[in-house]
Amino acid sequence: MAQAVPAGTKWWSGGKSPFNVEYGKLMMWYFLMSDAFTFGAFLISYGSIRFATNGWPNPNQVFRAFPLMGETNLPLVFVSLMTFILIMSSVTMVLAVSAGHQGDRKAVTKWMILTIIGGLMFLSCQAWEWTHLHGEGAWWGRNPFLNADGTKATTNFTNFFFTITGFHGFHVFSGVIINIIMLIKNLRGDFEKRGHYLMIEKAGLYWHFVDLVWVFVFTCFYLL
Amino acid sequence: MSIEIEINAGGHGHEPEFSTKPIWRTFWILLGITMVELILATIHLKTGFPPKLVLNGMYLILTCAKAFYIIAEFMHLRHEIKNMIMTMAIPALLFVWFIIAFLWDGGSFKDLRNRYDSHHYEMSKTPAPSQEGHEPAAKKPGSEE
Repeated sequence: MAQAVPAGTKWWSGGKSPFNVEYGKLMMWYFLMSDAFTFGAFLISYGSIRFATNGWPNPNQVFRAFPLMGETNLPLVFVSLMTFILIMSSVTMVLAVSAGHQGDRKAVTKWMILTIIGGLMFLSCQAWEWTHLHGEGAWWGRNPFLNADGTKATTNFTNFFFTITGFHGFHVFSGVIINIIMLIKNLRGDFEKRGHYLMIEKAGLYWHFVDLVWVFVFTCFYLL
Repeated sequence: MSIEIEINAGGHGHEPEFSTKPIWRTFWILLGITMVELILATIHLKTGFPPKLVLNGMYLILTCAKAFYIIAEFMHLRHEIKNMIMTMAIPALLFVWFIIAFLWDGGSFKDLRNRYDSHHYEMSKTPAPSQEGHEPAAKKPGSEE
């Protein structure tokens, strides 16, 4: 509501977008809505299987390693670092969008580069974590971890973990690709010629969504 | 098309609404909430104080708060007009049904299976036999690598 919209505007009487956003941005929102339901379905099926199972591995025992530290017992530390990296890259993305509003092409370039670096850092962290877990014998269909109460666990735990973090990681990967394309277009001066940086905003929406999903993945797999 | 572009390019154009201050404020809020989650988890690991059920409730509330700040501020939805907010918020309400229905169903499946399939129940309560020779990870915390 913060935009300068005259009171009593008749949004539905034609001639303007009733949502007061550009078509492509609205469609990005609707795409993200559908994507939210895809992720929601994944996470809810994970939850419903977990509710249907007597025992479940303790995440604090499974995720307690940190790179280059050898034998560690640091539950949550590494994944918190990943969360921090993703939040940070979300901030640089908003700053890129904000620079776009001011038509500051140089600043957009700077913040987009930082966002891409953040995305790559997150992907590297995830690659390390997967490699580490794979080294411990975990993979789709293989679960070396016992339940918290010492009983044998099913492979549901690893199947869901790798599927959902993998699906999220693939989203981060495509987000990085999209951001690189936006960076190249910005460097070529496409947006300056066009007179607005709406494409940066759309890429930004997608990037924040990826961050949003991570918030839920973080809670569901590492905290609960 | 040109009309809409004009609305947006012009509508967002004025600066005060887009100063970087609220962005950093949101960042600190998100970071703070994550820190609180970590501290709660650590306290629980050391002392077992907030019972797991209470703790999970707190995690869910904090997660929803983080989601709100990301959607409202970073994705800028809070500053759109009401029509726009509603076209996103109303379909999202389906999640309320979605979560309750499926978790309830999972819980009910567990109860029924435990009640009528005693073999399954006993198996799921029997500690795993220590497997041949080499222990897989997570058997004894901090003893491998």
